[in-house]
Amino acid sequence: MANSASPEDNIVSISNLSFSRGPRKIFDAVSLEIQRGKVTAIMGPSGTGKTTLLKLIGGQLAPDRGQIHVDGQNVHRLKTRELYELRKRMGMLFQSGALLTDMSVYDNVAFPMREHTHLPESMIRTLVLMKLHAVGLRGARHLMPNELSGGMARRVALARAIALDPLMIMYDEPFTGQDPISKGALVHLIKSLNTTLGLTSIIVSHDVQETAAIADYIYVLSGGKIIGQGTPQELQQSDSEWVQQFMHGDADGPVHFHYSAPDYLDDLLASK
Amino acid sequence: MFQFLQNLGKTTRSSFAKLGRASFFLSHTLTGISDVVPRPNLLIKQVYSVGVLSFLIITISGLFVGMVLGLQGFNILSDFGAEESLGVMVAASLVRELGPVVSALLFAGRAGSALTAEIGLMKATEQLSGMEMMAVDPIKRIISPRFLAGFLSMPLLAALFSAIGIMGGHVVGVGMLGVDDGAFWAQMQASIDFQEDIMNGILKSVVFGFVVSWIALFEGYDAIPTSEGVSRATTRTVVNSAFSVLALDFILTALMFGDI
Repeated sequence: MANSASPEDNIVSISNLSFSRGPRKIFDAVSLEIQRGKVTAIMGPSGTGKTTLLKLIGGQLAPDRGQIHVDGQNVHRLKTRELYELRKRMGMLFQSGALLTDMSVYDNVAFPMREHTHLPESMIRTLVLMKLHAVGLRGARHLMPNELSGGMARRVALARAIALDPLMIMYDEPFTGQDPISKGALVHLIKSLNTTLGLTSIIVSHDVQETAAIADYIYVLSGGKIIGQGTPQELQQSDSEWVQQFMHGDADGPVHFHYSAPDYLDDLLASK
Repeated sequence: MFQFLQNLGKTTRSSFAKLGRASFFLSHTLTGISDVVPRPNLLIKQVYSVGVLSFLIITISGLFVGMVLGLQGFNILSDFGAEESLGVMVAASLVRELGPVVSALLFAGRAGSALTAEIGLMKATEQLSGMEMMAVDPIKRIISPRFLAGFLSMPLLAALFSAIGIMGGHVVGVGMLGVDDGAFWAQMQASIDFQEDIMNGILKSVVFGFVVSWIALFEGYDAIPTSEGVSRATTRTVVNSAFSVLALDFILTALMFGDI
């Protein structure tokens, strides 16, 4: 496979991960590697546990079985203090942005710096303005989160995620619910930040076009397993019917349009 | 029958699980207080929103409760020709009971429900989880300052309630019903004991402040992160706080004043 780089090149390596919620198995012995410096996408239909995967990587959830190593450290063996140290090197962009609603844009971006560093306010100001400039919102620094559009909120969250210059950023559905212009802006931002800051990016998404445009490598998840992986070009030409259906967005295929139900005619004619 | 036992078992188990989570939450919150001390700004902001913003409701309620006490007390005491003791009656009921209890109930309704809704919504909008991912412990950063603020504000609000209540009683008793001004204050001074009455009242409000803040913050933190979940949690805060305050009041009163 294309991803046969040496272990040191992998910033995240997941082996044999199993995780269930109640009786539902979300991951069943999943293994995957995320290469340093690359944009890796994890794709799959809604409800396949893509967000759960990010929470497992960030140590907010613990797996039933299997291991997750981030930057050489086994996330679920770490003590709380060590986990928090590791998290300072991970940025995460939540779907909702997760901005602190009682603070302005400026204070939101300054928040991680004020919490974790003892930098003087003047230095923080410079850094905040630089981060905001990188996402094009230097002029919006006095706004409150409820005055921002969805796309702007996500860009502010992105500025906040890079505030501590992390090694990697995890994007949770960055394109969902965005208008075409914001989508374009985000696609451009994710790619350019990855290159200019030397980051590693993990994108969890089901927006095939946008993700395929910037990802170096894609894993496709469904039913708790990885059912396809490769570069975007490889996946486009995949001979798996399922991957074909997903990449092209066909309504029917291996994944049926109808939720499993008794026969239609029987159902209509049945008295109750 | 079997179904009933099953449900009973399930309910008991989940209540104990919740109690366990609440205790763990409390110990985590208390250890976080040491991080609040070097950052007084966090505390000041919360004392403002929890304490200062409750001023109005506490003052107005205190005034009316005191005025009603003055009126009712006068009616009963005058039957025995003991109107001069009105000051004692008003002050003792307020300082011992009504001050701590009624202000705790109002506090639960005004500040407790607001805390639950705030924390619950922060959870629903992933702000708490986002903070965790920024390597900031949300319990230490968000919960502990609010807890400390509630704990510190409650005795002050109860004292304010009692003081305003006594003035209300004075306005009605002395101003409107003609009780002797000197007797009102002198009898109060002679009969109200600092240790027995005032300190016990303050102790009660300290306990209530602790319990109401704990319930309010925990319900918010433990809320199901949906609009329905937050609304239920807010209701539970008010209901559980009211129960706990009234039940604890009985226990504390029995320990302090009763010879049971």
